[in-house]
Amino acid sequence: MLSRRDFLQMSMAAASIYGGSGFGNWARLAAQDKFDQDALLEFEKFGNVTLMHITDIHAQLKPIYFREPSVNIGVGENRGKVPHITGEDFRRAYGIGGGTPLDYALTYDDFVSQAQAYGKVGGLDRVATVLNAIRADRPDALLLDGGDTWHGSMTCLKTEGQDMVNVMNALKPDAMTFHWEFTLGSERVQEIVEGLPFAALGQNIFDAEWDEPAELFKPYEFFERGGVKIAVIGQAFPYMPIANPGWMFPEYSFGIRDEHMQQMVDEVRAQGAELVVCLSHNGFDVDKKMAGIVKGIDVILSGHTHDALPEPVLIGETHIIASGSNGKFVSRVDLDVRDGKMMGIRHKLIPIFSDLITPDAEITKLIDAQRAPYLDELTHVVGKSDALLYRRGNFNGTWDDLICDALLSERDAEIALSPGVRWGPSILPGQDITREDIFNVTSMTYPNAYRTEMTGEFLKVVLEDVGDNLFNPDPYYQQGGDMVRVGGMGFKMDIAKPQGERISEMTLLSSGEPIDPQRSYVVAGWASVNEGTEGPPIWDVVESHISKLGTVSDGARTPVKYVLPK
Amino acid sequence: MNFSRRETLGLGLGAMALTILPMGASAATVDELIAEFTGGADMADTGVTLTAPEIAENGNTVPISVEAEGASEIMVLATGNPTPPVGTFKFGPLAGSRSASTRIRLATTQEVVAIAKLEDGTFARTSAEIKVTIGGCGG
Repeated sequence: MLSRRDFLQMSMAAASIYGGSGFGNWARLAAQDKFDQDALLEFEKFGNVTLMHITDIHAQLKPIYFREPSVNIGVGENRGKVPHITGEDFRRAYGIGGGTPLDYALTYDDFVSQAQAYGKVGGLDRVATVLNAIRADRPDALLLDGGDTWHGSMTCLKTEGQDMVNVMNALKPDAMTFHWEFTLGSERVQEIVEGLPFAALGQNIFDAEWDEPAELFKPYEFFERGGVKIAVIGQAFPYMPIANPGWMFPEYSFGIRDEHMQQMVDEVRAQGAELVVCLSHNGFDVDKKMAGIVKGIDVILSGHTHDALPEPVLIGETHIIASGSNGKFVSRVDLDVRDGKMMGIRHKLIPIFSDLITPDAEITKLIDAQRAPYLDELTHVVGKSDALLYRRGNFNGTWDDLICDALLSERDAEIALSPGVRWGPSILPGQDITREDIFNVTSMTYPNAYRTEMTGEFLKVVLEDVGDNLFNPDPYYQQGGDMVRVGGMGFKMDIAKPQGERISEMTLLSSGEPIDPQRSYVVAGWASVNEGTEGPPIWDVVESHISKLGTVSDGARTPVKYVLPK
Repeated sequence: MNFSRRETLGLGLGAMALTILPMGASAATVDELIAEFTGGADMADTGVTLTAPEIAENGNTVPISVEAEGASEIMVLATGNPTPPVGTFKFGPLAGSRSASTRIRLATTQEVVAIAKLEDGTFARTSAEIKVTIGGCGG
């Protein structure tokens, strides 16, 4: 069923060609009977400029499993549009055969058996091999890191991002933009950024007090590649102080600032830029909207919402490339730039199949050196899973249900709240759960598992507020996370309704009673953006719970009913 | 001229504005304040820009700026605040730039309106929806 031929056809299909001869010229692409590193890297060099994009690594140095979402609902103009299609719809949209490697890489169905067949994905030593192969083909290829790099693992947390800085520096990026990096605190960010051997970009990173561009971050950087003057403009995550604790970086203000983006585009064009690339952490729908407003960007390398798309999306004259997360993909983008104008693009989303790609030995050594001081802790087995544990999706994943169960029992609460972040690798049935695995889905600098009381009315306000950050029909009002995960309480969500009217049928699961707006409920949660939140770190709570269970099995899922927009 | 964010927002929110009319007493107040400022004159959709964040980083201090070429006055109203008037900026004939920046406090998610009175006696209006949220969790 999983033929090598299928694989190559699909991976070639992902290498869409357009420009002179139109979009997605798949039929011309040859198929060969192989499924190996060469097939993954196969790419007919095009034009005179190559961009390599990697984003949202979330500190995953080693190969992992990562299940893509089954529920990813688009609202407003993005209803039913990529990336808001999953499973069979996704396969149909891109002509991906079921059971093929690209099916495994890009969709959720039949994940467990495909994961067993194809193995893990990612690993920065594998990424290094891919980057080196592209550089062998085009030595002056630009490597652009979309951010969310210095966050997401035990070693990253304990070294305050140093492990990732050390390994990424060895991969030699040319520029980077930011999001979770700021949760290291502005002092640490400054310390690292001042020592970076590449450009730290963000046209929307402003000084909060003076409301002018922050000195530490340049808005853009120029590069000369293949005789082309390229401007890379950075766009950091716009809603940093809202989605993450602003008190950790009070000196900075963000926002989309598309008007300032337009100024920057005009400025670099006036200085002779022939190619304008935006390295963005906006999230896909925000990038789409921005591309329709700001004129003159040739390519947006899009990050934040963890979408992986096998083809660019074209808005006006701007091509948007989405390169996934957790080190699972690298995008290669070849461009033909002539007479100061982009004439053509060839793109391939390269899935990093860890078992197929030979790790770069030097980078493996470097990664292992970062992990060595913590190896005993990392490999400490806490329990075992009989279930598939995953997070990504608009509503609770199985990892979230497990974390909420941990909060309910360990913190003796009636209701649990867990953040709808999109990071966190998956665990297959039969796998041990190590301390590293727990940190991979919980690690952050504000991990305190609080225990508090909230009225039913306030709980509704919380759900409505987070719901609107996800499902506001205007992408500029979305923050790019998923819905808050809930334990101990079911609810119904009518996605197309305005804020305040989406949530109904809130039910306390322990009693089956409707939530009483006036009553106070004991609520446990973590990742509060409020300063001074008290409680044990969430990883201790989860570890204690799992070690008591011994083996995690498919538990009861928190019931969330949702009504799709028409 | 490029399509600015404010203009786009203004257009995009035209429909939305109908559904987020401020409640009760203050709705009348906003209308009354506008009528008082314009004397009931028609207002153009272009000619004044309002720069504001889509989502406030801190509802207690939201940076906004207004600009209108040839304006003698620009009035700013926070339609969802208990007391909507934010202020009216007045520009003399020698003012080099007819722009002003300030920070405002917003009680809740709401529409902020800027109306410019131009030297030729006409009026221009724009608005921006500014969301005030309790915060969430990013990807």
